[in-house]
Amino acid sequence: MTSVEFLAWVRGPMFQIAVAIFVVGVVIRLIEIFALGRKADLSEPRGGETMPGIVTVFRRSIPDPGTFKRSPFTIVLGYLFHIGLFITILFFVPHIELFHDVLGVQWPGLPTPLVDAVAIISIFAMLAILVNRLRNPVLRFLSNGEDYVVWAATLLPLVTGYFAFHRMLFPYQTMLGLHILSVEILLILFPFTKLMHFFTSFVARWYNGAAFGRRGVQS
Amino acid sequence: MGSAVEQNVRAITVADRLRAQGISRRGFLKFCASTASLMALSPAMVPAIARALENARRPSVIWLSFQECTGCTESLTRSHSPSVESLILEQVSLDYHHTLQAASGEAAELARETAMQENQGKYLLVVDGSIPVKDGGVYSTIAGITNVDMLNEVAAGAAAIIAVGSCAAFGGIGHARPNPTGAMPVSEIVTDKPIVNVSGCPPIPTVITGVLAHFLTFNKLPDLDDLGRPLAFFGQSIHDRCYRRPFYDKGLFAESFDDEGARKGWCLYRLGCKGPATYNACATTKWNQGTSFPIEAGHPCLGCSEPDFWDMGSFYRALSIPTEDTTRTLVYGVGTGAVLGAAAAAVARSRKSKAKAAHYKVSVNDLEEST
Ligand code: SF4
Ligand code: SF4
Repeated sequence: MTSVEFLAWVRGPMFQIAVAIFVVGVVIRLIEIFALGRKADLSEPRGGETMPGIVTVFRRSIPDPGTFKRSPFTIVLGYLFHIGLFITILFFVPHIELFHDVLGVQWPGLPTPLVDAVAIISIFAMLAILVNRLRNPVLRFLSNGEDYVVWAATLLPLVTGYFAFHRMLFPYQTMLGLHILSVEILLILFPFTKLMHFFTSFVARWYNGAAFGRRGVQS
Repeated sequence: MGSAVEQNVRAITVADRLRAQGISRRGFLKFCASTASLMALSPAMVPAIARALENARRPSVIWLSFQECTGCTESLTRSHSPSVESLILEQVSLDYHHTLQAASGEAAELARETAMQENQGKYLLVVDGSIPVKDGGVYSTIAGITNVDMLNEVAAGAAAIIAVGSCAAFGGIGHARPNPTGAMPVSEIVTDKPIVNVSGCPPIPTVITGVLAHFLTFNKLPDLDDLGRPLAFFGQSIHDRCYRRPFYDKGLFAESFDDEGARKGWCLYRLGCKGPATYNACATTKWNQGTSFPIEAGHPCLGCSEPDFWDMGSFYRALSIPTEDTTRTLVYGVGTGAVLGAAAAAVARSRKSKAKAAHYKVSVNDLEEST
C-alpha cells in the first residue's frame, strides 16, 4: 500500500466504518442505560428534582477545595487537557470543514498559531498525567489496562495531528493518514470504554443531584 | 530516409544545432545552469552538463500515445518556444509520434518498426495515456494492434521508458472509478525496464525536458521518489513552496472565490486546495513560460500529479473532508443503533421481569423446615 492509497483508504471506507461503529455503539449503550429504568420512588418528595440536578451538573464540574488540596495535579492537568482537546477538535479550521460537511453547520475557527499552542499544552498535560498516574501509588493501584489504552487513544490524535500540521516525521500523506487513522481508532474504542463518560458523566451528575433534591438534601 | 543519411543526421550534436539556430553559447550555458539548479545538481556540474549536451548524439525516441487526451503533447509543444528547451526536443530524433508525425497509416507503423530495429536496446520510449487491458485490450487500438500489445513490443527493445502524464504514470482519468476499460499505468505492464514517471495532468513541460536533458547528459535516469518520479522536481510539495503558505500558517483562508480573503490572496485550503498532499514543481517552475501557476491565478491545486487524484473527492472540498457521505452513515447509524438498542433493552427487561417472577420470599419457618 502506497502512502497515497493509505490516505485514500482512511479518508474513504475506513472513516465510514469508524463512524458507523461509533454511532451504533453509542446509541445502543445510551438506550440500554435509559431503558433500564428505576423502581418508582413512592416516598413523598421533599424537594424538586430538576433544579438541584442542573445545579449539580455545574457544581460537580468545579472541584471543592478539599479535593483540590488533595490532588491538585489531577485536577489542573485534567482541566488543561480537556479544554485543550475541546479547542483543538472544535476550532481548528480543517476540523470545522469536516463538521460542516457532516453536520451542515459551521462556526468561526481560531487562529492556527493559537490552536497550535493549545495542542502542545494538551500534549504535555497528558504526558504529565501519565507520569502522575504512574508515580502516585493510589492512582496506579486504581488504574487498569483500559485506562492506559484510553489514554493512548486520546493522546495519539493530538500528537499525529501536530506532526501532520508541521509536516514532520513522514511524508505528508502518510502523516495525515496516521492522524485520521488515530481518530478512527478513538471513535471505534469510544462506545466500549470509559470514553463514554463524554455522554454519561453529565447525565450521571444530573441524576445524583435530582435524587438528592427529592430527598431534600442540599446539593 | 536512407540509412547513411540517417546516420549523418544522428551525428549532428546539440552544439551544431544551436549554432544553426543562432542560439548564443551564453544562452546555452544559461539553460545548462537552470537545468542543473532545477535538477538540484551542484553548479560545478554545469560545464559537465554543457559538454555532455554539446556532444550528445541524437537518441531515437519513440512516443506512444494510448488512452489520452493529447494534453500532455500540447503541454510539451508549448515549452517556451523558441528556447533551448525546445531545442533539446528537436535534438531527440522523434521517430514516431501519432500526433506530431506527418506520416500516417502503414508508413507511420513502418517508421516505428524501422526505428525499433535500428536502435534495438538503445531507444527511449515515451508513453502518454493509460493502457486498457479489459476484454483483451480492445478499447484502444492503433493500426489494429491493441495498446497493451504495442507497449509490450516496443518496451522490449527500449533502453528506458518515460511515462509522461498522470495517465501513463498512474492510470489517470481512464483508471478513475469505475475504470470501465481496465486502464493501467505503464509500470503495471512493463516491469523489467527503468521507468520514470513524469506525472501531472498535464505535466510541466520543463520537467519533461529536464528529464530528457538528464538522460542525454548522464546517459541514465535521474533519482526517483517512491512513486518513480524524478526527485528533483517532485521532492517538495506545492504547499511547501506556495507563496500563500504564510496565510495558511496564520489561519487566514478564502471561503469563496470572490470574498475578501480571495481578493487578499489568502490560502485556498477551504476551497479544496490539495497542495499540502501534492508533490510537483508548479510553485517553483511555474507555467506559461514561468508566468504563474494555478494557485497564483486564484484556483486551488487539484493534486493532479498524485495517483488517483480523480477519486479523492470533489476538487472543491477541503482535504480534511472524508471522500464518502458521512452524514448518511451517521443517520443510518443512529437508526441501526436505535433498533439494536431497543432490542437489547427488551432483552434486559424480560430478563429482569423473569428474575422478578422467579423470586419468591423465604421465611424463617421455610428455612427451618428445609433443614
Ligand atoms: S493555497 Fe494550497 S498550497 Fe498554498 S498554502 Fe494554501 S493549502 Fe497550501
Ligand atoms: S497546481 Fe496542482 S493541480 Fe495544478 S498543475 Fe500543479 S500539481 Fe497539478
